[in-house]
Amino acid sequence: MSQRRPLGPHLISIDDLDRAGIERILDRAESFAEVSGREIKKVPALRGRTVVNLFYESSTRTSSSFELAAKRLSADVVNIRSQGSSVDKGESLKDTVHTLSAYDPAAIVIRSPHAGAAQLVAGWTPASVINAGDGKHEHPTQALLDAFTLRRAVGRLDGLNVWIVGDVLHSRVARSNILALQRMGARVTVCGPPTLLPREIEALGCQATPTLDGVQEADVVYVLRMQRERMRDAFVPSLREYAACYQIDARHLRPGQLLMHPGPVNRGVELSAEAIDSPQALIGAQVKAGVAVRMAVLYELLAGSPVLAVAA
Amino acid sequence: MIAGEDGTGLHDRRLFSRERAAGELLVRAAHVLDPREGLDGAHDVLIRAGRIAELGAPGSLPAPADGEVFDASGRFLFPAFVDPHVHLRTPGQEHEEDIDSGTAAAAAGGFCAVIAMPNTDPVVDDPSVLAALVATARRQARVPVGFLASITRGLEGRELTEMAALRAAGALGFTDDGRPVASAGVLRKALQYQRLCGGVIALHEEDPELFRDGVMHEGRVSARLGMAGIPSVSESTMVARDSALARYEGARVHFQHLSAAESVEALEQARRQGARVSAEVTPHHLTLTDDLVRTLDSRFKMNPPLRAESDRQALVEALRRGTIDCVATDHAPHARHEKEVPFEEAAMGTIGLETAFAALYTELVMSGQLDLPTVVERMTAGGELYGLAAPRVAVGEPANLTVVDLEASFEVGAGGYVSRSANCCFHGRRLHGRVALTVAAGSVAHRERVLVEAGAAPR
Repeated sequence: MSQRRPLGPHLISIDDLDRAGIERILDRAESFAEVSGREIKKVPALRGRTVVNLFYESSTRTSSSFELAAKRLSADVVNIRSQGSSVDKGESLKDTVHTLSAYDPAAIVIRSPHAGAAQLVAGWTPASVINAGDGKHEHPTQALLDAFTLRRAVGRLDGLNVWIVGDVLHSRVARSNILALQRMGARVTVCGPPTLLPREIEALGCQATPTLDGVQEADVVYVLRMQRERMRDAFVPSLREYAACYQIDARHLRPGQLLMHPGPVNRGVELSAEAIDSPQALIGAQVKAGVAVRMAVLYELLAGSPVLAVAA
Repeated sequence: MIAGEDGTGLHDRRLFSRERAAGELLVRAAHVLDPREGLDGAHDVLIRAGRIAELGAPGSLPAPADGEVFDASGRFLFPAFVDPHVHLRTPGQEHEEDIDSGTAAAAAGGFCAVIAMPNTDPVVDDPSVLAALVATARRQARVPVGFLASITRGLEGRELTEMAALRAAGALGFTDDGRPVASAGVLRKALQYQRLCGGVIALHEEDPELFRDGVMHEGRVSARLGMAGIPSVSESTMVARDSALARYEGARVHFQHLSAAESVEALEQARRQGARVSAEVTPHHLTLTDDLVRTLDSRFKMNPPLRAESDRQALVEALRRGTIDCVATDHAPHARHEKEVPFEEAAMGTIGLETAFAALYTELVMSGQLDLPTVVERMTAGGELYGLAAPRVAVGEPANLTVVDLEASFEVGAGGYVSRSANCCFHGRRLHGRVALTVAAGSVAHRERVLVEAGAAPR
């Protein structure tokens, strides 16, 4: 069975958190959301401490919201992207982490194209490590901000019927959300082309289905990004066929259903323009939640909370 | 003339090792277990001039005037093990292993012979490369080594190697191990050519189209981790295809490191139909499952991958019944920097020579899944498949034996490894069955290190 790490000063996987831990982060995020509404959007919680953002993959939302979150907590922030750094010159991940650790950062936020990268980094540095996406494995802060957005929209998640639609096979967002939403009491169904649903995904506790039949029963439809490169590997024959079978449009969206998407959206592929622009869409709220939730994660890890941060 | 004939008859003509003095050695009062000879009881074993000279009741044989006595009371003596599948990394990757360090690891694991794979740099696809390797083995090998040459030039799966010339230079057989022979047409020609040159054709089975960019077994664990899966059918469909080809051509093939229950089924069917097939399985596929990959520890990354518990059980059962003939370690050393990277990026392979017997004894014999004579028989059978004589504990036979203390346990890796590399999937486990002595081709190849004081650091 899954071997849980002792709850340490890291956030590598949703498996690091129980329900109380998730709720504590979401509660903390509520108070930081209030800070983001002020004219001076800053609190001194991490003054004098350093947060390193180490991004081996291009990212707009995740990297900018981590940067803003750290700055709003008054931390010093160093951003390292693979372009133009020694990472590009073939330096190993281990050597990069040793180099950065010499600056004594309080936290390293890492995004990598490889599963397990954040966990490896945690073994090489005394800093707290936050997984900002590791390959197709996990993206825990995305799942936390999604849970935060949903909780704001509907209150408790218990018994909520959530459908996750699209390329589940290649989606770290899907995996972290299946775990986090179920832990919060929701029921999850994953739906997508049979070529893009992992074999034995049901072992995660969710249902799996190859058609949208039944999606009208869902309280929440969480749509994943469909990447064009999947056509090349013959996972789906064409974007047109994908859209015909899996696009969520006004027809599929019944009143009262909520629509989510981790961004960036392919308009007219996985979502129709009307669906994106409908009042049921929480897509903007998800982006907005990103900063408050990442502030909460940084705070809980670095400012010494009993739930997450067991002595560094 | 085929290299390796040494006149004494101690060495098979396709096994190569350095010359060593073969003094007299009396192994006193060991519990001798040799399933082939029907031996299962306490004996003294006297080795003289490289051969087993006498077997006697425990304590009955006099100490040799000009030799050594090894007290083996309370310990088992087995015919030494034969590993039909190791990577010694010579030539080209000696920072990972070489013939000296690899055969030292083999001796430390109780092996008296190993068969090295040709996927080196350069590949063993040319008689001159093989001749150089044979010469190196004659200088360095601590236990006899046999070599397989590649089936295709550069392991590229297109043109056949000069199989007849490679056989004449000493190749035991052929394999493109590390890769499948993806083209059925190319493999068929190699099977036909076998009628000219002989030599078992050994196959690493994976369908590259089903394998794609997989890094671990496809199943519930890969679903959880989001890593590309290697489906069991990528192996079993190739076992079925190549069994059909072997049967059609009347060829002799050997399936390397089977990992999946479906492959066992395909093998059973091939045997029922009379195909001349044999197969091996590794200690790690017999004892570990893909659940360990949840740790994301790259020591658990190998090809074929660790599979599900149902696969593991099918492999154990197939080995017990003899559907799978023998154990092979697929000892695959890798440098630290090739493993200290994220799982998907890490090199595939685990070392296994030093832990093979102890892993099987601890995980399978002690838990009641296999009996000890079966494990000993399957660990000594790997050479026979390639036409080598099986080691036997019998008067007149070359001395190939190992003394093992089944009571003694050790933590894998705690004292380092004899191998040059440390990528062992059993690292940190406590295993029972410590090898105290290995005699290979008549002379002592390994002796347990004795600590002067309890708790003192080795060496």
